[in-house]
Amino acid sequence: MNRPSHHPGDTLLIDYAGGALCEGASLAVATHMAFCPACRHAVAEMEAIGGALLDDLEPEPLSDGCLEALMARLDHERPAPCRPAVKPSPETSCYPEPLRSYLRGRLDRDGRIGEGGWRFLQPGMRCMDLLSGPNGTTRLIRMKGGVGVPQHTHGGIELTVVLEGGFSDEFGAFLPGDLAIGDPSLVHRPVSDPEGCLCLATTIGGLRLTGPLGRWFNRFVKF
Amino acid sequence: MFPLNGTMQDQHTPAADTAPGLEALLVAVGRERDKQAFGVLFGHFAPRLKTYLRRLGCDSSAAEELVQEVMLLVWRRAETYDPRHASAGTWVFTIARNKRIDVLRREQRPEIDPDDPALVPEPEESADRRIEAKESSGRLRAALKDLPPEQAELLRMAYFEDKPHSVISAEHGIPLGTVKSRLRLAMERLRRSLKDVG
Ligand SMILES: [Zn+2]
Repeated sequence: MNRPSHHPGDTLLIDYAGGALCEGASLAVATHMAFCPACRHAVAEMEAIGGALLDDLEPEPLSDGCLEALMARLDHERPAPCRPAVKPSPETSCYPEPLRSYLRGRLDRDGRIGEGGWRFLQPGMRCMDLLSGPNGTTRLIRMKGGVGVPQHTHGGIELTVVLEGGFSDEFGAFLPGDLAIGDPSLVHRPVSDPEGCLCLATTIGGLRLTGPLGRWFNRFVKF
Repeated sequence: MFPLNGTMQDQHTPAADTAPGLEALLVAVGRERDKQAFGVLFGHFAPRLKTYLRRLGCDSSAAEELVQEVMLLVWRRAETYDPRHASAGTWVFTIARNKRIDVLRREQRPEIDPDDPALVPEPEESADRRIEAKESSGRLRAALKDLPPEQAELLRMAYFEDKPHSVISAEHGIPLGTVKSRLRLAMERLRRSLKDVG
């Protein structure tokens, strides 16, 4: 099986491993990781760094009684089962975790994303919102074959992971698992491959700063 | 008190780590519900977790409450801990990170499922390049101490401020290119320490 050739890169993976990325961007990075053993390995290394940084922190003593209070709670814990409970068999799904959990109830009998629930964006292009919040939306985008997105820039930093099919733009060909990073300085004109394209697209939250610094930042931020 | 019988998977590890025993303690909690072992783990991790949560903006009492929640998860999930995959510190870090995202940001933490058959597998030649967690954690801590201060400082911000590196750049007035290159340089050095054997 092919492995992706467009990766989030170390700095975005550190954001993910440290927990700074918002949920939507984390979903995009983790979905890429399901396709990408190299980035899984990198995140494991970065979590080890998190562990070492935690160990290195100056300890701050807890108030008296914290441990005792917790120990008392342990007495009320049910004894742990010998093995972790067997997970209930998931509905048939063609998509890996963590994406699978976000698609619950939206799949057809073959485990693919069904025809219902899509919104029209432009001819040949539809979308389905998965998450929306103050940080922007995380959505699936489905394009028919050979559809061109009008030349555009991005309001914030956008992450796009290809799930099926593919697209190409000035930066190369994007196939399943590939993660594309779009930022406000980037002008591009993606065109979907002949078989069409299904992707997950999201914005990195926390970037829309207000005030003069934010405006300056929003104009110059680059990935 | 701690199971030092032949069933432990990491017997080959020399006892040269700087924090000996945390892994064995965690295994003891998982296998025997060993409260004494849990008390020792609490003594080590709870005050560090408190500092972690304080840096993330919790006041003292909120931090202590959350520390207790994290340590309760450590107790409940200790059975799933595998010392071959992560040091005790790394495992506790991931639990604390996910819990604080849940409680402080009210967000879920999307993660792969390592047992998911849909995962694209590693190429065969690299299937055994798994980090030898216990041996490498001591070297990693040493390498962290050797990082140039500006790299170490940025790394701490990245892990302890709940802000993506692009926001750190904007808020601290450090050009984004500088932030990225410092983080990458730090990663390079730390990766080398993880790969060193012996
Ligand atoms: Zn990757």
